Amino acid sequence: MTLAVTILPSQQLAALNEAYRKAVARKRLRLTLGAAVFFAALLVASVGAEVNLRTFFTYFGNFISYFDRLLTLENGSRVWTDIGEWFWGWPKWLWLLGETILISYVGTLSGAVLAFGLNFLAAENTAPAPWLRVVVKRLMEFCRTVPDIVFALIFVIAFGLGPMAGVLAITIHTIGALGKQYSEMVENIDMKPVEGVRCTGAGWISCMRFAVLPQVAAGFATYTLLRFEINVRGASVMGFVGAGGIGQELLVAIRKFYYSDVSAILLMIVLTVFVIDIGTGWIRGRLFGRGSHA
Amino acid sequence: MSRLPAPDTEGLYARHPGVFDRPLSARLATPLMLLGASAIFIFGLVHLGFSPARMLAGLHQLGWITMMMIPPDPGASLPLYLKALGETLSIALLGTTLAALFALPVSLLAAKNIVPSNIFRFPVRRFLDSIRGVDTLIWALVWINVVGLGPFAGVLAIAVSDFGAFGKLFSEAIEGADHKQVEGIRASGGNALHEIRFGLMPQVLPVIAGQVLYFIESNTRSATIIGIVGAGGIGLQLAEQIRVLEWQKVSFLILMILVAVAAIDWISSKLRFAIIGRRAIV
Repeated sequence: MTLAVTILPSQQLAALNEAYRKAVARKRLRLTLGAAVFFAALLVASVGAEVNLRTFFTYFGNFISYFDRLLTLENGSRVWTDIGEWFWGWPKWLWLLGETILISYVGTLSGAVLAFGLNFLAAENTAPAPWLRVVVKRLMEFCRTVPDIVFALIFVIAFGLGPMAGVLAITIHTIGALGKQYSEMVENIDMKPVEGVRCTGAGWISCMRFAVLPQVAAGFATYTLLRFEINVRGASVMGFVGAGGIGQELLVAIRKFYYSDVSAILLMIVLTVFVIDIGTGWIRGRLFGRGSHA
Repeated sequence: MSRLPAPDTEGLYARHPGVFDRPLSARLATPLMLLGASAIFIFGLVHLGFSPARMLAGLHQLGWITMMMIPPDPGASLPLYLKALGETLSIALLGTTLAALFALPVSLLAAKNIVPSNIFRFPVRRFLDSIRGVDTLIWALVWINVVGLGPFAGVLAIAVSDFGAFGKLFSEAIEGADHKQVEGIRASGGNALHEIRFGLMPQVLPVIAGQVLYFIESNTRSATIIGIVGAGGIGLQLAEQIRVLEWQKVSFLILMILVAVAAIDWISSKLRFAIIGRRAIV
């Protein structure tokens, strides 16, 4: 079989070429303009952020040697030559890490329960009244836009120093974040079961319990586990503002230049986050089987 | 009127014993799990120092604070706050851009369809994971030790911590790319770099651009936070005003942050739609 490529007459070809050239030129122009605007924004931003490349290059050596110092013990030897000396404070640190996890657990759970109560009011298809929906949505937006550490700063003053402020801050943030995810999930359900339940004369609460909840329960659990993971990270720095957990210890170590302590605590935090990452992944797999997580 | 025949309960029971008589372990699993979860919860409440008295006193205090926040009022320091807000936005923009620039080549190394060998990919991935495991605030403290207090430390902190996140997200985008176009380039005689430039990048860049825009948005929030430890921006002002209990200024600053985040949100969602079309919101 032979194939022939027909070549168009040159007149027609020239017109097509011209059109192609124009289309490409227009695209290039737009791209160049976009890039120019972007670079202008970057320039303005670097003035605004007091970027000083000379400082950066002068002190960049410091950054590298900072890690070198992190891995050096007081007596000058490498940290891994004397694990006992490196992790000298491990009973205390482990205790504080446990407290950190507890803070995020209590915060996540109470936030999830409250978000669960509120989300049916915020979803478009289940909200009992439009004005209520708007109020609840705005409330959730406020809860999640203000960073949790800002809430912690304020709560530390209201409730006193200690983990309680951290728990409450995480709770508030979790209500906002989970409430949004939950209600988006409820908005995507199949409405036929709801109609079916309503046909039997059931009230609003029964509709939610028997028609909506069975469709969304698995997704809710997945999002809650993911949020727990995020909150563990968040709780590890709550101590920076005095709201409990390991953060306080880390802040002191960094500020007072106890290098080997910094690396030991950081390593413990990273390992904990890994373990929780893997643990929640395993629970998700056990609960819903592989591949079903949203 | 016809009536349904009476249900054959005995027969159903005989055919599906598992439905009517689940093993004890299956019946007990859910209540036990709930019991365990609430036991930990209550232990947590007690251990972390919750008590009705403290709660009530705190709420009382919080009520006072809220009362004192109204009306929001910047006093005479509005220009200072606007400058600080500009600083925060600059930190977010610069930090995210730097992170994206450095993450792109590294993410190629972490993608399965570019580097098939596990020996290279595994350490790169673990490296990115450990960078992500450390919070932005901690990176900010480290950089303050290196380049001193100020917004520049904030830029570097956001750049480093987003580098980890971008490395992972970009490499996932690259792995999700269609392989046929790469094969097409190879078939027409392109080398490995041509394959990446003309086969992969056109597919991946819009996705990446969407993610970068989303991060600029969420970094406006993070940039607020890192000010609290001294890395510049509006967070620094906020933390200071909270410490000296100037509640009207605090509420004004919080409002400023909310408005700024909403504005950035709006702009970046417009840009994202323009870049990747209305369907594919990441």
